[in-house]
Amino acid sequence: MTDQEKFFSDLTGVGTRLRTALLTPMLALITALLIGGIVIAVTDVDTLRLWGDSPGEAFSETISTVAGAYKALFVGAFGSKAALSETLFAATPLILAGLAVAVGFQAGLFNIGVEGQMLIGGMTALYVGFTVDLPGPVLIPLVLMGAIIGGGVWAGFAGWLRANSGAHEVITTIMLNFIAAFLVQWLLKTSTFQEPGRTDPISRPIDSSARLGRIFGGDLRVTIGLLIALAAAAFVGWLMYRTTIGFQFRTVGANADAAKYAGMNVTMLTVGVMATSGALAGLAGANQLMALPPHQAQVGFSGGIGFDAIALALVGRSRPVGVIWAGLLFGALTAGGREMQGAERIPVDLVEVIQGLIIVFIAAPALIKAIWRVKGDTDEQSERITTGWST
Amino acid sequence: MGLELRNITKRFPGVIANDAVNLTIGEGEVVALLGENGAGKSTLMNVLFGLYHADEGEILIDGEPLTLGSPAESIEAGIGMVHQHFMLVPVFTVAENVILGNETTGAFGRINSRAAEQAVREISEEYGLHVDPTALVESLPIGLQQRVEIIKVLQRDARFLVLDEPTAVLTPQEVDELFEIVDALRKAGKGIVFISHKLKEVLALADRIVVMREGRTVAEVDPATTDENELASLMVGRAVDLVVNKAASQPGEPVLDVKRLNVLNDRGQAAVDDISFEVRAGEIVGIAGVQGNGQTELVEALTGLRDPLSGRINLKGEDITRASPREIFEAGVAHVPEDRQRSGLVLPFTVTENIVLNRYHSAPFSKGITLDWTKAAEETTRLVEEYDVRTPTIDTPLSSLSGGNQQKVIAAREFDRDVSLVIASQPTRGIDVGSIEYIHSRIVAERDAGAAVLIVSSELDEVTALADRLLVMFEGRVVAELDPKKVSNTEIGLYMTGSGSPESTGASATDTPEEAS
Amino acid sequence: MTSAAMPSDIGGSDLGGSDLGGEVRATPEQRRARIVGLVELAMAMFVLFIFALGEGSDQDATFKLALPRDRFEPLDWTVNPQIVGIGIATVLAVLAGVQLTKGFGSRANLILGGAMALFIFAFLAWAAAGQSFSLIGMLTSTVVLSVPVTLGGLAGLMCERVAVINIGIEGQLLTSAFVGTVVGSTWGSWTAVVAAALAGALLGWVLAVLSIKYLVDQIVVGVAINIFALGLTSFLSGRVLSTNPQFNSPDRFRTVAIPWLEDIPMLGNLFFKQNVFLYGTILLVVVIHFGLFHTRWGLRSRAVGEHPKAADTVGIDVLRIRYRNVILGGAIAGFGGAALTLGSTGRFEENMTAGVGFIGLAAMIFGRWRPMGVLGAALVFGFARAMQQKLGILGTNIPSEFLSMAPYIVTIVVVAGLIGHARPPAADGQPYIKD
Repeated sequence: MTDQEKFFSDLTGVGTRLRTALLTPMLALITALLIGGIVIAVTDVDTLRLWGDSPGEAFSETISTVAGAYKALFVGAFGSKAALSETLFAATPLILAGLAVAVGFQAGLFNIGVEGQMLIGGMTALYVGFTVDLPGPVLIPLVLMGAIIGGGVWAGFAGWLRANSGAHEVITTIMLNFIAAFLVQWLLKTSTFQEPGRTDPISRPIDSSARLGRIFGGDLRVTIGLLIALAAAAFVGWLMYRTTIGFQFRTVGANADAAKYAGMNVTMLTVGVMATSGALAGLAGANQLMALPPHQAQVGFSGGIGFDAIALALVGRSRPVGVIWAGLLFGALTAGGREMQGAERIPVDLVEVIQGLIIVFIAAPALIKAIWRVKGDTDEQSERITTGWST
Repeated sequence: MGLELRNITKRFPGVIANDAVNLTIGEGEVVALLGENGAGKSTLMNVLFGLYHADEGEILIDGEPLTLGSPAESIEAGIGMVHQHFMLVPVFTVAENVILGNETTGAFGRINSRAAEQAVREISEEYGLHVDPTALVESLPIGLQQRVEIIKVLQRDARFLVLDEPTAVLTPQEVDELFEIVDALRKAGKGIVFISHKLKEVLALADRIVVMREGRTVAEVDPATTDENELASLMVGRAVDLVVNKAASQPGEPVLDVKRLNVLNDRGQAAVDDISFEVRAGEIVGIAGVQGNGQTELVEALTGLRDPLSGRINLKGEDITRASPREIFEAGVAHVPEDRQRSGLVLPFTVTENIVLNRYHSAPFSKGITLDWTKAAEETTRLVEEYDVRTPTIDTPLSSLSGGNQQKVIAAREFDRDVSLVIASQPTRGIDVGSIEYIHSRIVAERDAGAAVLIVSSELDEVTALADRLLVMFEGRVVAELDPKKVSNTEIGLYMTGSGSPESTGASATDTPEEAS
Repeated sequence: MTSAAMPSDIGGSDLGGSDLGGEVRATPEQRRARIVGLVELAMAMFVLFIFALGEGSDQDATFKLALPRDRFEPLDWTVNPQIVGIGIATVLAVLAGVQLTKGFGSRANLILGGAMALFIFAFLAWAAAGQSFSLIGMLTSTVVLSVPVTLGGLAGLMCERVAVINIGIEGQLLTSAFVGTVVGSTWGSWTAVVAAALAGALLGWVLAVLSIKYLVDQIVVGVAINIFALGLTSFLSGRVLSTNPQFNSPDRFRTVAIPWLEDIPMLGNLFFKQNVFLYGTILLVVVIHFGLFHTRWGLRSRAVGEHPKAADTVGIDVLRIRYRNVILGGAIAGFGGAALTLGSTGRFEENMTAGVGFIGLAAMIFGRWRPMGVLGAALVFGFARAMQQKLGILGTNIPSEFLSMAPYIVTIVVVAGLIGHARPPAADGQPYIKD
C-alpha cells in the first residue's frame, strides 16, 4: 500500500474487511430501529385497545403509527435543507465528543468524563469570552483555546490519578462529572458569570463576537462549528497516525508492556491521552455555548452528549472517519427525533432507547449474528476495552 | 492396588505432548517424574487431573478404568494435585481455602468455621505440617502456602498426590521440611508423584524414578542403582545436533561488565544473587539454565526494565545500572526479548509499525513529531526481503505471521543498527526449524561484525552450539563457566540442576560457596 | 503484594532504597500517614480559629434532639460553640500530634473518621450559634436519604464480589422505580415491590448474559443499560404517564413504628419509625453480611471474585455463580428503585435518580466492598446531603454545591489510595475464560 492508501485505511478502518466493517453496524442499526418500532407500537395505548375488537384495524393502525413515526424521523433528519442543517448542527458537538472518547479508546483508556469536561471547557471558554476584549477573528480562537485548556486539565487530572495511583479512570471521571456539574452550578451564581438580574444559575450571554457564525446564514443553524469539528477529526487522524505522539498513544493502548520495552513513558502518555481527550470534549462544550442560542450557560448544558459520545466512539470503531459518520447518524436521529416528537408526538427519548440498543449490538457482534443467523468471521470478537478497576 | 496411566497419548497442533505414556503409582510409594521443560510432564498431570482429555489411553485406579472429565471427578477418585502455581485465594484464611468447594454446612448454609479449623489442625498434626488455620494465606511464606495446598488435597481424602515442581519456589530449609512431610505421607500409605528436574532431590526422595523426554517415558530406574550422571544423560539425551557454522571468535575489549549484581523478583526474593561476569566484543556468551533460575530478572535488569537492588552494570565503561530502556537502546544495545508477543511486538500493529516500534522517535523515521511512513515502508520492504520475513504485505498485522517470522521481524528491527551489545533471550522458543537456523546465523553475523552477544536460553543445544563461552545459572548464581566445545551436555545438565561438581554440595544447596566469577 | 518472610524481603511494593547511596525513600504508607496527620492538624487549626474564635461563637447553640410529637419532648442540648470548639480543637491537635509522630497504624483511618465527626460537630455548633436547630431532623433525613444509596451500593457489591462491574445500577434503579410506580398504581404496593425487583433482576440478567456469554466489556454494557433505561423510562413517562396519570399515583408505604422501641430517645426516631424500605435495607445489610462471610454461598462467591481459576479447580461452577449473583444484585437494585418512588412521594419523574446509582458505587468503594461499610458510607453521604438541605435554614455562607460535591471528592480520594488501599476483588472486571 502506498503511504496515502495506508493513511486512508487507518482513518476509516476499512481495509480488506469491508464486509465486516459495514455489515454488522448496518444490521445493528436496523435491529435497533426494529425494536424501537416495537416499543412505539406497544405503547400506543389507544391502538392497543383496538386489538381486542378488531385486530385487522388495530394492525393497520399500528403499522401506520410506526411508519408515521419513522417517516417523521427521516423527514426531520433529511427531508429538507432545514432538516439537513439541523442534522449537521446536532452532529457537530457529537463529533467532537465522540472524538474525545475515541482518542481514549485507542490508548486503552475509558473516558466517561466527557460530560464534565464539556462543562468545564465551556466555562473556561466563557470566562475567556467575558474577560478578553478583542475582535471576533482573534477572540474566537482564544475562546476555543480556553475550552481546550479547561477540558484538558479536567481530564488530565484523571489521567494523572490513573498513572500515579492506579485509580481507574472510569470511576474518577464519573466522579469528576458530578463535581463539575456542581462546580458549574455554583459558578453560574457568582458575579463573574451570572446574568445580572437573575437569581437562578444562568450566565450572561457570550459576546456576539465570540459566537460561531452560521455557514449558510439565515435560518439554517449549522455553524462553522461543524468545520471546527471536521478539522478536529482531521487533526485526530493526523495525530494518531502520522505523529510520534499518536504512535505512542496507540502503542500504549495496544500493548503497554511493549510500550515500556520500546522506551515509551507510559505515565506521561496516560496523562497526555486523557488531556487530549478532555481538550476535544472542552471544544464540544464550547460549541454548546458559542453555537447554540441563547448562548448562555445553564445547568447541564452538556446535554447528555458525553454519554452519547461513548456510543459514537463504539459505532465509529474509534476511527476519525467512523466517528464522523456515527456523529452524522446520531445527529440525524436527534434532529429527526425532534420532528418525530413535534409531528407525531412520540417522545424524543425513543432516540435514547435506540442509541442504547445500538451500543449493545455494536459491542456484541456475536449477538447480532446470532439474531440474524449471519455466518460471520469467527475472529470478529467483542472489543475488550478496559481491564477492571485495578491496573 | 494403585493408580495406573496406560498408553496415554495427547496431541496438540503441531506437537505430540504425550506419546503412549505408561505410569504406575502404588500406595505408599514415591514415584519421581523427571524431565526437562517441555518433556510432557505437565501435560500428563493435567490429563490425570481432568484438565485435559487424553486422545488415547486410559486411567485406572485399583484396576478400574476411570473417566476423568473435570478436576471434580479426579478429586472424587482420590487424586489430589498440588499445583506449581498455587490455586489459593490470597485473602482467605487457610481453613477457608481448604474447605472451598467441599464445605460442610449447617442451617442456611452456614459454615462451621470452628469445625473447619479443627479439621485443618488435625490433618496438620497428623502429617507434621504445622499450619495455623486462621492465618491469611497471603501473609504466609511460600513454603507454608504450599502446605495449605497439601492439606487441601488431604482433606478430600486423596489417596494419590501429585506434587508439581514443588521445590521450585522453596528455600533450602523449606525443601528439607517438605521432604519430611512427603515421608510422613508415604508412611501413611499415600501414593505420591513427585515432578521435578532437580536430580539430587529426586535421588534422595523417590522409590522409583521415571524419566520422560519429548513426550515419552524413556526409562524407569531404581534410585539405589543409579546416579546423577546417568539421570542427567537420560533426561537431556542426544537430541538433534544443531550444527552452526561459525569461525573461532576473536574477542576484543569487554563491552558488558556486570559486577556483583543483585536483583529481586516480583515477590521480593533474590532472583539474581551476586552475579559478576563480562562479555567482550566479538564473542558470544551463553547463559544456560532451567527457566526460573533468575535469567529473566537478569535480562530485565540489563535492559532497563527492572531496577537492580545493588551492583553495577557497565556498558563500554559507562554506568547503565539504572538507565531507562530508551537510554540503553540508544547506547547501542539490541534486545531480543524472551516473551516476544508480550514485550517485543504489538500484535495488532502492522509489520511496518513493529519495525519502527523503538525507533520511531528519531531520524529517518520522524521529522520533529511527524512520522514518515513512506520511509518506514521503504525500510520495512528492504528488511523484509533481507531477513526473509514471510508476510503477505508490510501492512499485514503481525498476529497473522508465524512465530518464526515474528521473531525475524524483531531480529530485523534490532540488528539493523550499529549495536555494540546484543542480548537475546530464548531467541528460538516456539519457532520452526527453518527460522531457527536463520536467527542463529544472524546472531553469529552480529558477533563477527564486532558486537558482544549475550544469549540466554534453556535450550541446551542452542546455547552450546552458539556460545563461545558458557555460563550456567542456578538459583540466581553463576555456578559454572565452561567451554562448550569441551564439555558434554550431561555435565552441563548437572550444573543446571544444581548438582555439578565441585562447587555445589548437598540436596538443599544451602551451602553453595561464594562464587567469584 | 505477598510479603514472604524472606531474608532479602523489602516489604511493600517499593524496592525501598538502594544501598548505593544510602537514601531511604519514604514508603507510600509513611507518606499517607503523614498526610493524614497534617489533615488532622489543619482541622484542629480550622476549628480553633474559625469555629471557636469566630464571630458569634459566644452565643449558645441549641440542638433539638426530639421531634415535636415524641414522647420525651422536649429534649434539647445546649452547647457553647466556643467551649466546644476549643475542646475539640485540642483533641484534634493531640490526635494530629500522635499521628505525625508515632502513628496509629491500622487504626489510623478509624481515628481520622472520628476526627472528622468531631470537626463536623464543631462546625454545626458554630453554624447554629444563637439559634435552635433540629439535629434530630437532620439525622433522620440522613438515614432516609441513605436508603437508596445503600441499596445501590449493595447491588454493586453483589456483582463486584463475583468480579462483574455493574455501572448500570443507575439504569436499574430508574427502570424499577418506573415499574414500581406503574404496577403500584394498578395492582397495589406489595406487588409493585416484587415487580420492581423483577425488573432490576431482568436488567441484571442482561448484564450477565452480555458480559459473561458474549464477552462484551462490562462497563460498556453498564453504560448502555443506563442510556437505554433513561431513554425508555423517559419515553414511557412522556408517552403513557403524562396522558394517563392514573398510572403515576401508587399507594405509598407509610412509616411503621415499632412499638416500645420507637420511644427510645433519638434512636427511636432514627431507626424504629421508618418505612419498610429502611427496615428491608437494614435486613439486607445483615443478611448479605452473614451470607458473604459465614455461609458456603458467600465463600464460593468470594472465591469466584478473587481467584476464579482456583474455584474452578475445586469444582465450583464459576459462570453459574456469576449469573446468579448478578441477577440477585439486580433484584436488590430493583428494591432500591421501588424505595425511590413507593418509599417517598410515589410519583415517577424523568431521570429522577439523578446519580444515586453512581453514589451507590462510590459507597461500595468507600465501604471497601463490605455490606456494613456500604451502609456506613451511605450514611456519610446521606449526612452530607442532609447537611446541604439544612444549611440553607441555618443561613451559613458555604455554598450548598460544595457540600454536594463532598461524596464524589471523597470517592476520588479513596480510589486514589489516599485513605489506605481500596482493594477490589482481585478478578474484578475480567471475564472468566476457561482454557
